[in-house]
Amino acid sequence: MKGYEHPETIVCPGGPLLLRGRHVVTGRDGETHETTRPVTAVCRCDRSALFPWCDGTHKVLPERLRPS
Amino acid sequence: MDLPTPRGPLSEALVAALRTDREFLGVLPLTTGHDTEDGALALWVLHQLHYRDLAGVPDDLEWDPQLIRIRTVLEHALESRLRARFSAPSGRTFTDDLLTWVDEQDGHSLATYVHRDATREQVLELVRVRSLYHLMESDPTAWVVPRLGVRAKAALMELQYDEYGAGDPNRLHHHLWARGMAACDLDPSYGVYADNAPFEVLEQNNAMTLFGLHRRLRGAALGHLAAFEATSSLPSRRMAQGLQRLGLPAELVDYYTEHVAADAVHEQLAVRTIVGGLLADEPGLEEQAWFGAFTCLDLEDRVARRMLTDWGVLERERVA
Repeated sequence: MKGYEHPETIVCPGGPLLLRGRHVVTGRDGETHETTRPVTAVCRCDRSALFPWCDGTHKVLPERLRPS
Repeated sequence: MDLPTPRGPLSEALVAALRTDREFLGVLPLTTGHDTEDGALALWVLHQLHYRDLAGVPDDLEWDPQLIRIRTVLEHALESRLRARFSAPSGRTFTDDLLTWVDEQDGHSLATYVHRDATREQVLELVRVRSLYHLMESDPTAWVVPRLGVRAKAALMELQYDEYGAGDPNRLHHHLWARGMAACDLDPSYGVYADNAPFEVLEQNNAMTLFGLHRRLRGAALGHLAAFEATSSLPSRRMAQGLQRLGLPAELVDYYTEHVAADAVHEQLAVRTIVGGLLADEPGLEEQAWFGAFTCLDLEDRVARRMLTDWGVLERERVA
């Protein structure tokens, strides 16, 4: 039987990067942040109030400011 | 939970029969031409038999054939009402376009009102009526799991695992909500505030249970989930800020703060891996997924309009 794709990272066009499992992410201040959820959304628009995590802010940005 | 106060002849006959003689033959004819709110409450009570204890009602009535018959008639009426409001967006594919489509909808928002303007008493009333869903958050969707193919099933469990606290009861979302209610001196026992719920809230809860209980509607259930998650992250932040503005307890703020981060993940998973996985196996369910998504936003708009109308907000906006 064939297997299914199950990537550890998923890039969401215009939105965050999804990380499955435990990872350590570096914030703006150089401090490290550990993921706590089964899947975590990492900010790619650089404007999240929860940075380095996504808080949905990309959705209110004009198209040109959203990550590709 | 205790049975709610009836809202018409149908729910009155149903509640009386559940309490006393368990003779339901006389209830079925009352579904003919029933008042919509009366029927919504009756259906909500019948759905509760599948979720929890009803005080003074034997457990085995969950599968009583006469009650199932009444439930079926009321569910057909509900589904017809929901279908009559729906039209599928043309030229769009669910997995590519759902998030954009959601952004384009401009229904009324209770979160926006709570953020800036709501009073403390209005927020507490909202907490009471929202408790009908938030105290069983994710439960209707859990019924969908065994009806799915491999990809969608694994994907839905990945999301539900987070909803249910990833193994930690203290992080389970409907428990976070119960703690928030208790901190506000509200009773977090299920169904205590059913009498506070306007028709639109009953309709909203019944739609979720309808989609969850019927294998036939699994596409609508997951489409609903995707739209629900896609309208949660930013509104949850507004709710959290509104609650902080009013000095409401940290436990309730925590519930919404948790949803800012959780649903930023869940909206992506729901569209890409859950509905994406479903439609990869069963492309014929695309229209049904849109039906579920539309129903989610439509009912939330109707709930918001109802609450804002009851509070006199829409009237003041018209005058101003």
